[in-house]
Amino acid sequence: MSETAIEVAGLRKRYGDDEAVAGVDLTVARGEVLSLLGPNGAGKATTVEILEGFRHRDGGTVRVLGEDPGTAGRRWRSRIGVVWQCEALTPRLTVRAVVRHFAGYYPRPRDPDAVVGMVGLGERAGARVASLSGGQRRRLDVALGIVGRPELLFLDEPTTGFDPRARRDFWSLVGGLARGGATVVLTTHHLEEAEALADRVCVLARGRVRALGTPSTLGGRASARATVGWSADGRRREVRTDEPTRLVGELATLFSGEVPELSVHRPTLEEVYLDLIGEAGRERGGGPGLPDAPGGRRAGTEVTA
Amino acid sequence: MSIRAEGPSPADRPPGALRVGLSRGLLEIREFAHAWKSVILTFSLPALVLAMLSSLLDGVFAGTSAVDHYLPGLIAMGLMSVSFQNLGLSIAQERDTGGLRRLRGTPMPPTAYFVGKTVLVMFLALGQVALLLGVARLAFGARLPADPAAWATLGWVLLLGTASCSLLGIAVSSLVRDSRSASGIVIAPFLVLRFTSGIFVPVAVLPGWVVDAASLFPLLWMAQGLRAAFLPAGAAALEPGGAWNPPSVALALGVWCVVGLALVLLTFRWKAGKDG
Repeated sequence: MSETAIEVAGLRKRYGDDEAVAGVDLTVARGEVLSLLGPNGAGKATTVEILEGFRHRDGGTVRVLGEDPGTAGRRWRSRIGVVWQCEALTPRLTVRAVVRHFAGYYPRPRDPDAVVGMVGLGERAGARVASLSGGQRRRLDVALGIVGRPELLFLDEPTTGFDPRARRDFWSLVGGLARGGATVVLTTHHLEEAEALADRVCVLARGRVRALGTPSTLGGRASARATVGWSADGRRREVRTDEPTRLVGELATLFSGEVPELSVHRPTLEEVYLDLIGEAGRERGGGPGLPDAPGGRRAGTEVTA
Repeated sequence: MSIRAEGPSPADRPPGALRVGLSRGLLEIREFAHAWKSVILTFSLPALVLAMLSSLLDGVFAGTSAVDHYLPGLIAMGLMSVSFQNLGLSIAQERDTGGLRRLRGTPMPPTAYFVGKTVLVMFLALGQVALLLGVARLAFGARLPADPAAWATLGWVLLLGTASCSLLGIAVSSLVRDSRSASGIVIAPFLVLRFTSGIFVPVAVLPGWVVDAASLFPLLWMAQGLRAAFLPAGAAALEPGGAWNPPSVALALGVWCVVGLALVLLTFRWKAGKDG
């Protein structure tokens, strides 16, 4: 079996005059957790829907689990899990009954009761779907997405409406599925979520891949200039530099020991992300170009305070 | 990463359409049973109307009791209610809330969804007929079909009528853009048909053009076929053509089944308009 779960080359999709996906190339290895990031209208949803076989493409080649999603059949579909945000068809049945029923669609389902436990609904297994809270319904959505033991799982904003504790539990669930060999494609607006879960992050904007890499190196993040801050003469000083270690060494010599209120800051994933999608906006001229985001790669060292 | 032995094998064939469809039918019946408080009025409306008309209008119709006069038409209305109205409203809502899209994302065979709806509608249709016959017979001493041939007529009219109205209901659900507007598209035409298809008002007293228009839809034919099953031969004289003419009833309902199926195949959507 192929080591590649998803292979996309030159993917294009146009709605009228709007080119929603304008030539996306992407390869996702089996067992990988890939997070798709991008502003609304970046082409994320369209790309994912093409991968899921819900939308036809205008151009390019797509192979998902070795088949073309546009023509793949039920057996292919049974190897894919999709977590939807939508209402259950049977609000008056119990969580257990609904998960059991969906398990019946698949050739090799997980044990429904185990799945209910995995998503943290064990205590609510006998509750009617209509009585679940918003966060609990999202967990049921997840249960219905994984009950078929998917090799490839699509998650769309999976933790919307989760409290912080539930979000952590969900992250460990996805981590466990990935360690079990499942490939996961996660669409999210939560950069913290992408950083916690993803092996690689793909930033889409204006229908193109703007950056692709591990969360720690995305967009040159690891080598980006750091901001070193300290206090001197009662004033806050900040310096952006390519050589933070050398600067800290010099400061240590200068202060002969502890540097007052020393901080070294590298751009967060969010800062890098905003920078990337800001660039995409400026390229088109009319876009809402963001004001200079931190983390930009300008040369030299400058004092900003 | 090692190559895992988890790929598809012949044993991984997804369960068949009939098995999944029956499972869906059972699920739908269970959901209906749990929802009885909100559906009991709709379900028992034909029986309530029958009880009222039979009590209030007894002796108004020469030679026949009010219950005998209204029973065939109200069975037709009950069958159309559990098929056309039920499917038209419920499928529109399932589409609008994304439930259909979710199903499409599973390996459920599309046929299984319709098998499930068929099981549900047949369950409700038999319940509807049993309720109406029970009320009519036990409370008002109505005439039941007189011989096996008449029961057989009841059987085939029930089957063809429910099938055609179900297909029409599924097709109409696709016209609903937003489930809040469903009642105008589904309930209003059904209400008009009740008054123009010989359910509440005898066909003999309706203007010819009204009957001609109503003949384009299944309800009039279902009611006519059911009168053939329930009423004594002499009552046929009251029909416009002086006869019940079962072959034309079968033909009209059969044509509607074919037309309805074609409409369903052409118009059925798993996604709501807003999903693109």
